[in-house]
Amino acid sequence: MTDLYEAQRAMRNMRKAALQRGVIAILDVGTSKIACLVLRFDGERFMGGDGVGALAGQSSFRVIGAATTRSRGVRFGEIDSMPETERAIRTAVQAAQKMAQTRVDHVIACFSGGSPRSYGIAGQVDVEYDTVSEQDVARVLASSDVPEYGTHREVLHAQPVNFQLDHRSGLKDPRGQIGQSLAVDMHMLTVDTATIQNLLYCIKRCDLEVAGLASGAYVSGISALVEDEQELGAACVDLGGGATDVSIFMKKHMIYADSVRMGGEHVTSDIAMGLQIPFATAERIKTFYGGLVATGMDDREMIEVGSDCGDWEKDRRTVSRAELIGIIRPRVEEILEGVRECLDAAGFEHMPSQQIVLTGGGSQIPGLDTLAPKILGQNVRIGRPLRVQGLPQAATGAAFASAVGLCLFAANPQDEWWDFEIPAERYPARSLKRAMRWFKDNW
Amino acid sequence: MRPVDPIEFAKGPTAGGSARVSEAVARAIRARRGDTEAAPQRPRDPAPSRAAYRMNRLWLTPSFRFFLRRIAPMAAVAACVGLWFASEDNRTAFTDQIALWKSEIQNRPEFMVKLMAIDGASAPLAEDIREIAAVDFPISSFDLDLPEMLEQIEDLDAVASAGLHVRAGGILQIDITERTPAVIWRSSAGLEMLDAEGHRVAELPHRGDRPDLPLIAGEGAERAVVEALALLKSAGPLLPRMRGLVRVGERRWNVVLDRDQVIMLPEENPLGALAQVVALDQAKDLLGRDVASVDMRRPTRPTVRLTEAAQDELKRLRGVELGVSYR
Repeated sequence: MTDLYEAQRAMRNMRKAALQRGVIAILDVGTSKIACLVLRFDGERFMGGDGVGALAGQSSFRVIGAATTRSRGVRFGEIDSMPETERAIRTAVQAAQKMAQTRVDHVIACFSGGSPRSYGIAGQVDVEYDTVSEQDVARVLASSDVPEYGTHREVLHAQPVNFQLDHRSGLKDPRGQIGQSLAVDMHMLTVDTATIQNLLYCIKRCDLEVAGLASGAYVSGISALVEDEQELGAACVDLGGGATDVSIFMKKHMIYADSVRMGGEHVTSDIAMGLQIPFATAERIKTFYGGLVATGMDDREMIEVGSDCGDWEKDRRTVSRAELIGIIRPRVEEILEGVRECLDAAGFEHMPSQQIVLTGGGSQIPGLDTLAPKILGQNVRIGRPLRVQGLPQAATGAAFASAVGLCLFAANPQDEWWDFEIPAERYPARSLKRAMRWFKDNW
Repeated sequence: MRPVDPIEFAKGPTAGGSARVSEAVARAIRARRGDTEAAPQRPRDPAPSRAAYRMNRLWLTPSFRFFLRRIAPMAAVAACVGLWFASEDNRTAFTDQIALWKSEIQNRPEFMVKLMAIDGASAPLAEDIREIAAVDFPISSFDLDLPEMLEQIEDLDAVASAGLHVRAGGILQIDITERTPAVIWRSSAGLEMLDAEGHRVAELPHRGDRPDLPLIAGEGAERAVVEALALLKSAGPLLPRMRGLVRVGERRWNVVLDRDQVIMLPEENPLGALAQVVALDQAKDLLGRDVASVDMRRPTRPTVRLTEAAQDELKRLRGVELGVSYR
């Protein structure tokens, strides 16, 4: 547990240092593309009073550099070939730096692989004095019963979702309130250690310092869900290249996250296999002519498949759009069914509001808004990420939901476990503080 | 004979034949000849190499950028110059060359001064000036020390002010304003001409040389020339008869007329006293009478001294009046 504190706190300090310098990079390592945004923080110039200001604090930063490159060496959102991924990250970072005309040293990264797993954990302590202090919050967080999540896994997020003071539940911030027993509900997200370590190694090889890590499911949720959806409860489905992330939000906190290890690349490979064409051509055909609902018109619309094998017959093949849809649709249905399973496992049907927001590059496929309600339920909409200042037009699409969400995460992250100070009992080394407390209690 | 590349014989696709087949044939021939075929071109990797990436980041570092663009060039130039100047020979060569260029430019005909022109000075004064400011022409105008020369010229008594400049055409122009003599001062050393401020202008051998100038005398007279000139101006009708002014005791003036008549003026307000005398003269013809001196030292009580003959005559007339005789 202490290791985790140290590593995460080190990243938080790095983030603080980066904000002081004013420039920070955002790196979204996806299966099909790697996006890098460079943010400039101008301080609290446009902020209103008391922390939350104009545009919920988004106006404090500005995107000054943006670059996207084709991802290499990433499968299912996990790094498969490190040198290739390192090169791809280098390409993206260098292009973004060139656009920003500045050098960035700190990077906040997100990824969607590593088979994220959610745990809801709870803890309870007695309040030491009459009012709840910061120390009590730290103690209650530390007292929560952490399940055995395995030695090969690492905690990525651990956010206190709900505080309960005696019989009052649903507290956002119990500090300063009067009560006897303080309880907390936490949401903890773990991912494979190897995935994180590979990513950290790649970033380190690019001479960058990691100032934070986030799950792709979480960050695409905070950018694609509007504020009332986050408050009332909604699920965000990020249809990515190699993995489809599912996150459920409630009261502005993520309470569940999972991922389906299927995505747009699988659709492309289905097309490539079905039509016997190269991968690049399949990708092109998918993005230009892809769809999910076939009509009579689509039977007559013939698509030049093309190839350059030298055989005239093979090079001049055509397929109808209906055939293409016939290849795409089963795979998308499979993905959405996987999402449905995730939501069922999370108990999404018990939520008060059952809004589902589809985002990510895969959500741009035409006809998804008619297919998805059949599988996921009626409240489905296609979501695009929030607009942030200075974002180029090319990067405002649904495929950039997690990159934009990461910007918001970088600007004002939610409180996590490690943002509270370590309770004094856990400090074996710093016994001076305990001695002070002993004096305070007995004199 | 030049070795022939078999690919030259491969038919193009337009010439009736498959280019691919021809290429394959060419490749086979090349392999038989033992040529190693160039490696097939791999798709270009868009990723920057690690070194290129690092260099790029280094270049985007603001401090490094500033150093390389501003400081490094200056440092390089300074280092080159410093190294060159480190050698004694180079230093002397440099200074010699500078001096050579300087003299070449200074001795250009545009800057040469060929003659001197003096305006506003009388002939003897011009002689004096030429003697003092002796320059052997032609000379470069950079070598002329005009302020020094001006000082020397202005030191001459007869010069009130002088202006020096080098005129176009290489002429050293000297404009002189001469002092105009206003009075002649007779002192124990001889006759000297003074201007209106009492400054010496020149010596005068004979009084008769300048009969138009009034004469002053006495100790300290040269320091009160202004007052003397004011008196002379206000003397008006007395002027034809005036011989000169005499400074008495370095504090007051005597006006000496012909026939040895003297008007003694007071120390304070001599002009008023003189005006009083002039008025008396005009009303009563005072000075036309047998008067030796008019004493105005106490302006409220003018006193007249008669000559011997006039005194006798007065006594005689009084005796007739009283019926007595002093004889």
